[in-house]
Amino acid sequence: MTIRSFYSFALQFMFMALVVWAIYALMVTTKANLEARDVESGFGFLSQRAGIPINVSLIDYSPSDTYGRAFLVGIINTIYTAIVVIILATIIGVLMGVAQVSGNLLITKIAETYVEILRNVPVLLILLFIYGVVLAGLPSVRLAWEFFPDGFLTQRGVYFPRPVPLKGFNLVILAMFAAVVFSVLFARWAKNKKNQTGHTLPVIRTNLVILLVIPAVVFLLAGQPLEWDAPVLRGFNFKGGMKLTPEFVALVLGLSIYRGAFIAENVRSGILAVPKGEIEAAKAIGLSPNRIIRSITLPQALRTIIPATTNDYASLVKDSSLAIAIGFADMVSIGGTMIGQNGQALEVIAIWMAVYLTINLIISVLMNLANSKFQIVER
Amino acid sequence: MKFKNLFMAGTFLAASVASSFAGTLEDVKARGILNCGVSEGVPGFSNPDASGNWAGLDSDICRAVATAIFNDANKVNFVPLASKQKILAVVTGQVDLTSRTTTWTMKRDTKEGVDFTTIVFYDGQSFMVRKSTGIADAKQLNGASICVTAGTTTELNLTDFAASNNLKIEAVVFEGKKEAVNAYKAGRCDALTTDTSQLTAFRTTMKDPAEHVILTKLISKEPLSPLVRHGDNKWKDLVTWVINGLITAEELGVTQANAVDMLKSSKNPTVQRLLGGSGDFGPYIGLEKDWMFNVISKLGNYSEIYERNLGKSTPLKMERGANALPRDGGLLYAPAFR
Amino acid sequence: MTLSVFQPAPDLPPPPGQTGLWRFVREHFFKDATSSVLTVLGLLFIYSIAEPLFSWFFLDAVFVGDAKTCNQADGACWAFVGSQVKLFLFGPFPRDILWRPSLAGGLLAAVFAVTALRLVSVRYMVLLWCALVLVSYWLIGGGYGLQPVPSTKWGGLMLTLLLAVVGILFSVPIGIMLALGRRSKFGTISFLSTAIIEGTRGIPLITIIFMATILLPLFLSDGVQLGTVFRVQIGIILFSSAYIAEVVRGGLQSINRGQHEAANALGLSYWQTTGLVILPQALAKVLSPLIGRCIALLKDTTLVIVIGLLDFLGIAKAAAQNPEWLGFEAEALVFTAAVFWVMCFGLSRYGRSLEKTGAEKNH
Repeated sequence: MTIRSFYSFALQFMFMALVVWAIYALMVTTKANLEARDVESGFGFLSQRAGIPINVSLIDYSPSDTYGRAFLVGIINTIYTAIVVIILATIIGVLMGVAQVSGNLLITKIAETYVEILRNVPVLLILLFIYGVVLAGLPSVRLAWEFFPDGFLTQRGVYFPRPVPLKGFNLVILAMFAAVVFSVLFARWAKNKKNQTGHTLPVIRTNLVILLVIPAVVFLLAGQPLEWDAPVLRGFNFKGGMKLTPEFVALVLGLSIYRGAFIAENVRSGILAVPKGEIEAAKAIGLSPNRIIRSITLPQALRTIIPATTNDYASLVKDSSLAIAIGFADMVSIGGTMIGQNGQALEVIAIWMAVYLTINLIISVLMNLANSKFQIVER
Repeated sequence: MKFKNLFMAGTFLAASVASSFAGTLEDVKARGILNCGVSEGVPGFSNPDASGNWAGLDSDICRAVATAIFNDANKVNFVPLASKQKILAVVTGQVDLTSRTTTWTMKRDTKEGVDFTTIVFYDGQSFMVRKSTGIADAKQLNGASICVTAGTTTELNLTDFAASNNLKIEAVVFEGKKEAVNAYKAGRCDALTTDTSQLTAFRTTMKDPAEHVILTKLISKEPLSPLVRHGDNKWKDLVTWVINGLITAEELGVTQANAVDMLKSSKNPTVQRLLGGSGDFGPYIGLEKDWMFNVISKLGNYSEIYERNLGKSTPLKMERGANALPRDGGLLYAPAFR
Repeated sequence: MTLSVFQPAPDLPPPPGQTGLWRFVREHFFKDATSSVLTVLGLLFIYSIAEPLFSWFFLDAVFVGDAKTCNQADGACWAFVGSQVKLFLFGPFPRDILWRPSLAGGLLAAVFAVTALRLVSVRYMVLLWCALVLVSYWLIGGGYGLQPVPSTKWGGLMLTLLLAVVGILFSVPIGIMLALGRRSKFGTISFLSTAIIEGTRGIPLITIIFMATILLPLFLSDGVQLGTVFRVQIGIILFSSAYIAEVVRGGLQSINRGQHEAANALGLSYWQTTGLVILPQALAKVLSPLIGRCIALLKDTTLVIVIGLLDFLGIAKAAAQNPEWLGFEAEALVFTAAVFWVMCFGLSRYGRSLEKTGAEKNH
C-alpha cells in the first residue's frame, strides 16, 4: 500500500465514519424528540383498524380493515393509475408526434400548438382545471348524458355496463390464452422461416385473425356466456355497472394529456433523427411506404424514443401523486390521511419512498429490456 | 470536495444535537411573538381576509394568549395548518399552540404527543344537504355520495355512523375543507359532513344559503380544544387558564367596556383575583399580575368573543346552545378562580 | 480550332400549377387523399374548438365591470382578474408596502435581462444573482430598517418566483458538487452522492415537500425553528439539486479525456482542473438542459399548494372563493396558466437560442 492510497483510504474511512455518526445522531435526536412527547412509533399501526373510507378500490376494502390494507389499496391505485396513464399518454404522444412530421402543415401546426401549450403549463394547474372547471360543467345525476346505450356521463362519474361472466366463460378465457400462445408460436416460426429462407409472412395480420377468431368462435359455441349489468339510476346515484369517479377521470385525463405532450416531442425528434438518405434509399429500392416505416424509420426512431420516454414514464408515475390535490385515493393521499389520523409521519414517508423507488426500478428494468431489443445488433 | 462535505456534515450535526426541553413560555417570550396554528380558513373560527388578517373564535384564543403574555394582541404569527399538520406542528414545536377546531380524543391526547387544554367549543357532527332532496334524517342518506375532509375525526365518525346504521355511502375524501366544500357546491356530493358549526359557517359562503339545510340530529360529540405539546405542563396551564379566565369573566359579568371600573370598584373578591387587584395569580403561571385584565380589556370575555365571531350580529347567527354558561342551560363551566 | 463551349438551354418554367401559392397549398394540405382528409378534419376541429374559445376569451368577455355584468355575460370575466391583480401578484402581503416586492420583481427582471443579453462576464453574473437573492429577501422579509413581514404573509406570483429563483440558484452549486461526487474516485463519496441523487429522483416532489414540512422539524432539535416557506424551500433545493446533478454529469461525461490529461500534464490540481478546465466546458454544453430544469422547477413550485402555501396557483384558487366574485374559477386558472405559459415558453425559447449559438461556436 502506497502512502497515497493509505491517505485516501484513511480519508474515506473518516468520511464514512462521520456520515454514519451524523445519521446516528439524527436518529437519536428524532427518537428523543418523539419519546419526550410520548409519540407512538414503529409500524405496529399497520395492523390496527383504519376506519378511513376509500371510494376507489380494486381489492375488497371496508373501513373496518387495517391501515396496512388501506395502504395496499393506495399502492394498487397508484399502480393502476400509472398503467392507464402510460397507455393513454403513449397513444396521445405517438399520435401528436407523428402528426408533427405528417407533412400536412395544418395538422403539424395543430399538434405543435398542443405540445407547446401543454408542456409549458404546470400539470397541477391542468388537473385543477379539468377537475374544477370541466367536470363541474357535466350534468347532474338526474340529467345524466347517455353517451352510448347504458353508458352515462355525470358529475358523479362515468358509468359503463359491466360484463358479468356466466357459466362457461372460463372456456372463452382458456381460448384467449390459447390464441395468445398460438400467435406467439406463429410469430417465432415466421421469424425462423424468414431467417432461413428470406420469405416474409404477414405476421401481424395473421396474428390478429388468430387472436380474434379463436375466442369469438369459442364464445359463440359456448352459448354467449356473458351478460351486461347496466347502471340504473336508483336513489341518489346510479347503481350497478362500472363506475369511474370524476377524480380518477380528471387525474388520468390531465396526466395523459400533459405527459402525452412530452412523449410527442420524443417521438417527433426520434423520427426526425432518422437520416433522410436512408428513407430515400429505401424508396429507391422500391420498398412500400408501409414497409419503410416498419423496417427503416421505426426501428431507428425507437432507439432515441425509448430512453427519453423511459424518463417520462418515471415522471408520470411520480406525477400520479398529485391525486391528492383533487381527492383521488392514491398511495400518497391515503398515507397523508394516516399521518393526519395517527401522527406517524416517519413511517408513512418511509413506505412511500420504498414503493416509489421499487416502481421506478421496475420501469427502468422493463424499459431497458425494450431498449436492448432495438439497439444496433453487432454481428 | 471531501472537506466541503465534512464541513456540511458538521454544521448539520451542530444543528441537531440531542434535544433538551426549554419551556415554551420562555421560548415565546424570547421570540417576542406567539406562533399559533389555525385552520386554512373556516369563517367564524379562523379565516383570513384578503390582506391576511385573521378573524374568528379560534384566532381570538391565539390573541388572548398573546395578550396575556405580551399585553399586545398583535404579537401573534398565525400559521395556517392543513389537517395532517395540525398535530405534528405542535409536536415538533413549529407552533406553540394549535387553535384549530380540533376534537379532543383519547388517542390524540395519549399517543400522539400533544395535550389538550380545555374545551372552547362544544360541537357535534352533522350533514348539510340540498333542500330539494327533502332529506330530514341522516339515515336517509343510503346510497349517497358524501364529501368529507381527510385526516379528521369527522372522517372516522362518518364510517362508524354508516356501519352502525347499515348505510352504504360513497365517501369522497378531500385534502382540505375548502376542497370538500367546493366539491359539494359543484354537485359532486349529495351531502357534506363536518362539525355543525363549520357547516353553518360554510353555508354562508353558498350562492343561495337558503337552498341548503343542516340536519339537526348530531352523529357525534366534538369537544373542540386548543392543544399544546405533551410534557410542558407550565405552558399547558397557562393556555388552559387564559381560556378559563375568559369564561370566568363572562360568569362575573366583566366585559371589555367595564373592566377598568370593575378593577377599581368591584367588591367581589373573585373579580379582584381575576383582574389582578389581589393575589398573585398571574405569577403562578409566569405572567404579570394584570394578565387577565389585559386580555379582557383588549378582547372582551368569552361571550363577547363568541358574539363578535359567531353570534347574532354575524352572518353565521349561531345560538349559544351548549356553549353557554350552565346558568343559561349550557355546558361552559370553568374551574374555580382561586 | 474553335473551342465550342456547351451552352445549356435556359430552364423551362415549371408546368402550370406547380408554382406559387397553389403549389404550396397542394404540397402542404392536399398532397394525397389522406392529407386532404386530415386537412378537412383539422379545419373542422379548429372551427369547433377555436371558435367558441375565441368568443369566450374575447368577443363575449367582460373586461371592465363588476360581478353583476360578468354574470350576465356569456364570456370570460377578465374584470374579475383585473380587480384581484394585486392579490394574484403579492398574495396577502401588506398592501401599504407593495413597493418592496415590486422593486424585487423589477430587480429580477433587470438581472435576467443582463444575463440573457450577456452584458457582463460570468463571474459578475454569479455575483449579481447572489446579490439579487439577498436583496430580495431583505425587501420582502424586512428587517435591517425595513418593517418585518413574516413569511406567512408571502404569497402570489412573488412567492412562486422566490421559490423558483432561490431553488435554482442554490441547487446549481449543490447539483455540481453531487455530480462531481458521483464521479469521484473515492468510493464512499461516489456511493453517497449516487444514493442521494437516485434516492431523490425516485420519489415525487410532493413527498419531499411533506418531508420538509412534517419531518424536518422532527430531525431538528428544539429551538431551531424555520417557517414553512423556508422548509419547503429546502425541500425544493434538494429535489432540484438531484436533477441538476444528472444534467451536469451528462456534460462532464461529454468532456474528452484528453482535457483531463492535458490539465494533469500541466501540473494542475484536481480542483484547478475541475474548476478551470472541465466544468466551464461541461456547463457550457448543458446550458440548454439546465434551462429545461429551470422551467420544470418553475412549474413544480405549484405543488406547495398541497401544504397550504398561497403561491400563484394557491392564490388563484383562493381568489375564486371570493364571496363577491363567485363562480370565476375558470378565469382565475386560465389567467394563471397564461402567466406560467409566457414565462415557461419564453425560457424554453431562450434555451433553444442558447443551443443554437452553442452549436455555432462548436463548429
